[in-house]
Amino acid sequence: MRNQSAEITKGIDWALVVVYIALVAMGIMSIFATTYRDESVLNGFLSFKTDYSKQLYYFAICGVLAVFILLIDSKFFTATANIFYFFGIILLILVFPFHTDVKGTKSIIRFSGFQLQPAELCKVFVNLALAKYMSSLDLNFKNIKSQLIASALIIFPAILTILQSETGLALVYFSFFLVLYREGLPASVLVIGFAVAVLVVLTLLLDQNLLAIGLTAIAVLFIYLSRKEFKRNKGLFFIIVGIWALCVGIQRFAVPYFFSNVLKPYQVQRIFATVGKDYQVDESTLSEADLKKMEERKKAGNYNVKQSKIAIGSGGMFGKGLLKGTQTRYDFVPEQRTDFIFCTIGEGFGFFGSLILLGLYLFMLFRIINIAERQRSAFARVYAYGVASVFFFHIFINIGMTLGIVPVIGIPLPFMSYGGTALITFTVLLFILIRLDADRQMILR
Amino acid sequence: MPVFNQSRQNVIRVLFLVAFGVLIIRLLFLQLSSSKYDLLALDNAVSKTIVYPDRGIIFDRKGKSILENTLTYDLMVLPNAVKNLDTIGLCRILNISPKIFHDRLIGSIIKNGKFRPSVFESAIDTETFVQLQENIFRFEPGFYLQERPIRSYPYKAAAHVLGYVGEVDSNILKRTNFYYQMGDYMGLSGLERYYESILMGKRGIRYQVKDNKNRIVGPYEKGIYDSIAIAGRNLNTYLDIELQVLAERLLKNKLGAIVAIEPKTGGILAMASGPTYDPNMLTGSYRKTNFSYMLRDTARPLFNRAIKGQYAPGSTIKPMGALIALDEGVITPSFGYGCGGAYRGCNRPIACEHKNPAHAANLRLALANSCNSYFSHIYRMAIDNRQDRDIRLGYTRWKGYMNSFGMGVRLGLDLPSEDKGLITDTSFYDRLYNKSWNSCTNVFLGIGQGEMQATPLQMANLMCIIANKGYYYTPHFVKSIENEDENDTLLNKFKVRHEVTKIPDTIYNIVQLGMQDVVDRGTAMGARIEGISIAGKTGTAENYGIINGRREKLKNHSWFVCFAPRENPTIAIAVIVENAGFGATWATPMASLMMEKYLRDTLSSARWKEVERIEGTEIILPIVKMKRRRLDSLRREKMKLQVSRMQAHIYTLPKKSDPNKSNEILPVHFEAILKDEESVC
Repeated sequence: MRNQSAEITKGIDWALVVVYIALVAMGIMSIFATTYRDESVLNGFLSFKTDYSKQLYYFAICGVLAVFILLIDSKFFTATANIFYFFGIILLILVFPFHTDVKGTKSIIRFSGFQLQPAELCKVFVNLALAKYMSSLDLNFKNIKSQLIASALIIFPAILTILQSETGLALVYFSFFLVLYREGLPASVLVIGFAVAVLVVLTLLLDQNLLAIGLTAIAVLFIYLSRKEFKRNKGLFFIIVGIWALCVGIQRFAVPYFFSNVLKPYQVQRIFATVGKDYQVDESTLSEADLKKMEERKKAGNYNVKQSKIAIGSGGMFGKGLLKGTQTRYDFVPEQRTDFIFCTIGEGFGFFGSLILLGLYLFMLFRIINIAERQRSAFARVYAYGVASVFFFHIFINIGMTLGIVPVIGIPLPFMSYGGTALITFTVLLFILIRLDADRQMILR
Repeated sequence: MPVFNQSRQNVIRVLFLVAFGVLIIRLLFLQLSSSKYDLLALDNAVSKTIVYPDRGIIFDRKGKSILENTLTYDLMVLPNAVKNLDTIGLCRILNISPKIFHDRLIGSIIKNGKFRPSVFESAIDTETFVQLQENIFRFEPGFYLQERPIRSYPYKAAAHVLGYVGEVDSNILKRTNFYYQMGDYMGLSGLERYYESILMGKRGIRYQVKDNKNRIVGPYEKGIYDSIAIAGRNLNTYLDIELQVLAERLLKNKLGAIVAIEPKTGGILAMASGPTYDPNMLTGSYRKTNFSYMLRDTARPLFNRAIKGQYAPGSTIKPMGALIALDEGVITPSFGYGCGGAYRGCNRPIACEHKNPAHAANLRLALANSCNSYFSHIYRMAIDNRQDRDIRLGYTRWKGYMNSFGMGVRLGLDLPSEDKGLITDTSFYDRLYNKSWNSCTNVFLGIGQGEMQATPLQMANLMCIIANKGYYYTPHFVKSIENEDENDTLLNKFKVRHEVTKIPDTIYNIVQLGMQDVVDRGTAMGARIEGISIAGKTGTAENYGIINGRREKLKNHSWFVCFAPRENPTIAIAVIVENAGFGATWATPMASLMMEKYLRDTLSSARWKEVERIEGTEIILPIVKMKRRRLDSLRREKMKLQVSRMQAHIYTLPKKSDPNKSNEILPVHFEAILKDEESVC
């Protein structure tokens, strides 16, 4: 017995476990702070009726799950990674016929009082499958084909998730490209992706013609600077002109087309709102339902962010104290148990408290990267980067959203937000990593 | 296995650092750069309720409260909480059409926003309140009743004296340097205005936490920031409310004023102006309607004639002429003047009522007989007394006397907007007569005509001077302030004794006796009361009006001034009834009733009959009445139109099944107005 327990705990990265427990505890405290309503505290925590007690029970389940994961042999994960991936895809597909409509999302399966959101859980499987694929012996990642396969592994569940109207969760999958970058995906892919994103944002911010003139001016400047090169390299001129044509094409035609024909008007509106602009749309072309939804979202979106900013802003240096935040205590911030949980910290504990929380998160991310880099097996390393990327994306988008610098994308804050599936998913993600790390001497395939 | 791309881990680390840096900079900006969000959060979650203190109460000399605070209710609306409302039901209770309902709701949203309560209907009348209170659960939480203290006047009297309170407007806010806040009430006229600082008390503020639905959750920070409302302090006045009521009854159906002062203190016992109005009309929900109606009335019920009405004093000024001549030393009480029915000292003879010889053989006789010649003569003697080269010096001296008596200057009583009457400057005559004028030019001043006007208050004050034998206290209402301390300087100026003559008491006695003769066997016999010696003086003031663009002489104003008992005066009265003819006809019996009521504290039944007779007599110029009638009929037509329009609204309501019922409810509102209106007259 004693021997076995020593076996389990051997090699565990306790620092991560401690940070994990600290974060979940802060989460439960924040949920308590927003939903506590003068009931008996002990009763409230044990009754399973209040949100904070539910979260406490989810935490208990997570504890059991964590121990269970730690008991599993690391080889199990490499062996079953592909099976789990297919299992996850099947779950995602099963959602379409069996989903229950909850708050406008089509991504939840409900059975006997228990809710499951496969899109959330699938992150774990994708991460495992990606690690499995990236660590296969005969893989040459410089090969375009293998890059495409890896991308497909990521994008396929993302598309399924988008089809379930969960754009936010789908975006999370794109954070895996950070892993691919680490594993050798050319930086130019990310740079080009980033450049396109910048161009899209500029398209939103600037007048179309002004931007076209600006782009032309830049192109002319480049042609002028490199005029001596043309003799040696005749293609260069055409490359510059080609890039210019592509950029103008994107900003003049692609983006407007994408906005008016691919995205829903309210989504466009939200993107516009993030850069501080009003989305002008010919309302007569919209269906009534879309118009109504747009109106609602506009109100809700603006209201949420405004109230959230007020909550955080009013926290000041040291905050108002636990249970003293007027914004969070009296339901001014909608969704404050789930997506806007950071407000509670911001208002209750101020800049100081927020800094501690951000510090914990940053410590956790750096710790994971350190762990990744000390792995001997590619599987564990890729998996670890996957965990770091997913966590990073969630943290940055979620907190950025409450601070009003990122569009309102409904994704939870890891370990803090109320919600069973999310907490379990993050716990599983983390503890598989801890398990793999504990066996870092082993070479996994 | 070889590890490729190892350096890229640092790129990722830097990416993480930058991203967290962005978040932290944003946090710095939000949390530490400004307190804007602090205020916004407070504004969101903490509601600041102003707790209005009770205004101070005003008591009369016997400790009866002449105005009180009663509770009225405002119907408040919280627009964002209005859901599934039985609009028709509410409209029916409030007697408004759904269109008006809609307009008001929009109006309050525009004014205060969706999330703040606004007054939907202020000062709901009792009948509506009863209906509303029974049904309010149907309209909650969007609509609720909120109590608000308003003034009520149990005696329905002293409207002009007490004044009224009203909501402050933006001008007042600016003028008071924003001491008040929007929605505050303050005294806008009368004692309410003058003693505003005493009566208003101190606002309290209650901070309460509310949630996102604007529901009150509890006190903010256990109430440590709350401040308690301190009630306004009460005022004790000299006013005798019963006397006041009597004065107002006597002035009913007449234009005029009565002022009664206690000579020893300057305390005003009664001050009535006719026509007056029920002060209750200017509280509650009909205030604006009533106010604008009264503002247009040709009889000017809002005009306090007692301090703003300016009339030629006529013969009532004669005792003062005597005082000036005596003080200047130009006559002695035994001075006589041979009047043969007219004063011929100047170019044009001035007619005198009396022809019999020796009716002005001495001062007492001249006063008793109100000899025009005598007082014209002593006026000239007083002015020409010192043989000045320049008439201006003599006149200025005379004017100085008059001003010291309170004529031509504001007495400074404790009511706002007093008028000062008229005693002209020498420059006026200089301009009019090109600097060549003499005591004959304005000899009419000696008999109270010409360039001389006085308010009833000033005339009553003159009586105080004679009654007190040479001094007066500035007339005032307020005797004391509750919990008065050295910071209350408002009453100080009323404690200053103004000595105005150096005439010995014995000579005063002669003046007083002369005035007593007026009552005992002169023109004011109607003032006589068995067992009380009264000194008085009648007056008849000529006056002119512009009718249809022409200056016409109107019927004379009837004056009577008096004090009693002569030996130890406790009341001095001035009465004027506009266009009532001789002073003796109307003003004298009115003053008599006032004195008897005050000195005996009661009136016999025969005397009450007299009161009723006077009360029932209408003395209003036909032209005023005509204009008034025209205004009334216009108003009635307008109101009929409104009623029919409203009924049309109600009839066209979709759910309305029983049209008779709406008839039952609707006109109540308007009948109430019509009833109020009648009490104006």
